[in-house]
Amino acid sequence: MRFLFKTDYEDDIKLFPHSGYVVTYGVLLALLLIAPHVLSSYLMSQLVFVCIYAIVGVALLILTGFTGQASLGHAAFLAIGAYTAAYLQKYNVPFPVYFLAAGLLTGIIGAMVGFPALRLTGIYLVIATISFALIVEEILARWESVTHGNEGMRVKTLSLLGVAVPRDSPTFYYLCLAVLVLTIVGTLNLLRSPTGRAFVAIRDSETAARSMGVNVALYKVKSFAISAAITGFAGVLFAHKLSFISPEMFTLQLSIEFIIVILIGGTFSLHGAVLGAIFIVMIDPFLTYLKDDMPGIIAGIAATFGAGTATAGNIEAKVAAFASLNGLKGAIYGIIIVLFVLFEPLGLYGRWLKIKLFFQLFPLYKRATFKRQKIYVKSERNR
Amino acid sequence: MSYFRAENLSLHFGGLKAVDAVSFAVEKGEILSIIGPNGAGKSSIFNLISRIYRPTSGRIFFEDQDITEQPPYDIAKLGIARTFQNIELFENATVLSNLLVGRHRHSTTQLWQELLFLPSVRANEKVHRRRVEQVIEFLDLEPYRDKLISGLPYGVRKVIELARALCSEPKLILLDEPSSGLNVEETGDMSFWIRDMRTELGITVLMVEHDMSLVNRVSDRVIALNYGRVLAMGSPAEVQQHPDVVAAYLGA
Repeated sequence: MRFLFKTDYEDDIKLFPHSGYVVTYGVLLALLLIAPHVLSSYLMSQLVFVCIYAIVGVALLILTGFTGQASLGHAAFLAIGAYTAAYLQKYNVPFPVYFLAAGLLTGIIGAMVGFPALRLTGIYLVIATISFALIVEEILARWESVTHGNEGMRVKTLSLLGVAVPRDSPTFYYLCLAVLVLTIVGTLNLLRSPTGRAFVAIRDSETAARSMGVNVALYKVKSFAISAAITGFAGVLFAHKLSFISPEMFTLQLSIEFIIVILIGGTFSLHGAVLGAIFIVMIDPFLTYLKDDMPGIIAGIAATFGAGTATAGNIEAKVAAFASLNGLKGAIYGIIIVLFVLFEPLGLYGRWLKIKLFFQLFPLYKRATFKRQKIYVKSERNR
Repeated sequence: MSYFRAENLSLHFGGLKAVDAVSFAVEKGEILSIIGPNGAGKSSIFNLISRIYRPTSGRIFFEDQDITEQPPYDIAKLGIARTFQNIELFENATVLSNLLVGRHRHSTTQLWQELLFLPSVRANEKVHRRRVEQVIEFLDLEPYRDKLISGLPYGVRKVIELARALCSEPKLILLDEPSSGLNVEETGDMSFWIRDMRTELGITVLMVEHDMSLVNRVSDRVIALNYGRVLAMGSPAEVQQHPDVVAAYLGA
């Protein structure tokens, strides 16, 4: 086990508490940088989606994980970012400009959503953000002069400083990775400064935050704006990656996927956003595998256990029919959420911390270490 | 002119007069206790001062400034900090970040500076950290720095809440039942700290308290309340012998 001896206040501020972190993250970054030369183009494409989902995950963590304001409207922020990019691209606006413009516009709209949300908490806030997402979806479908309605919009190949960056090139992947890393570093900076602490204070006790001088309304709006702006940036990358956007891509289902990202990853740390993004992006190939290979495998197993050819074929057809059921993806999402909330509320990152602690303390680890204890009941009077 | 003054302060919930035309003044450097039976309106007065409730009528002055209409977050900026009767800490954060939130009124950096963590932010953080460390030393909280609040016992949480209030470097501190839930030894510590706050840090103290031994040990003056009205005001001994106070506690 490692003991940290702190000799300077700097030790509590720095991003890497000790040299071990520098090595780990250095290796991770190196692996990510050589990834395009090693991985197949399919996996690279998935990795780009991991980056984009992780950026949105970080954005949602700022709002939901750290400020405690739930949102099911992030697909709408993503859509606004994506459509801003597609629209400005028509007028030959260079990438850096429309990238920043998309973030700025989404941030402003995020702040505007934040204002009515000031008086709402919990489930009511969720309903308000869903309504916002539905409104945006409807506007995208109807405002044909700008968005081309349900026909959708074609997004031209990204051009960075005059050089074309195709959506499946390593350069595009590096761009997404850079945005993700910058987002994470910026968020970490925010979390170790007064604004980040004010967010956490609002999450845990608005009354106490207020009496410590935190302007709760202002910081909630700030949190909405920052979260929306980051999602807007992700939207630009999303639009370029898909090269075609239409309103039915930004539905409630996508917002739910973003919630799953942070719920499964873990809502208390930025690691959660990345782990959750990997999970949600990789579940698609898994489902495809389920659809294509599982029927054959199960039929094979049945055959080895002595089932006749006719029975095995029957089983294969039934499994195939089940695997291609329409709502299967949604059902699997639902089951995953329920299981995680019940058995691992801290998410994948929480599980990782437990495994790490198990080996650090071996053989002294006890299960109760992570058991939450309630010592007293907090008064609800001042709410 | 008094340092802190409440004039005809009233708080009505429909027909219920939780606080009824209460006037009192606190002198600079004084320790003033408010006592009274349950439901007398003691905590309501605190919630009026920190603007959790809006007074039905009456005015509040601090350093000759009318603060009745100030928004709640400005109260802390003026130098009035408070603790809560039922601890209101930030449960899922470490002790250190709880205390650093107490420094919020002294933060001057802008959002964009914080995103980049510019040297000015870093320098400010170190100043905050040093101040917090002074408070940690003052209240003997060294063992708990990096602990999460959710894992700490009640007595320690009580001290941390006091620490968080002190981190904001207040001029006036409102303590809502500082000894509730503490054992005799912890209450003893609390009484020393309250007196030290006044003598070493120069903080004026206004507190609500049920434990008469603590009240007697630290208070310069005592106000007794019942049904939202002031029954008696004066030295601890005077107030305790006041016939109305005796009647309120023991029944006429």
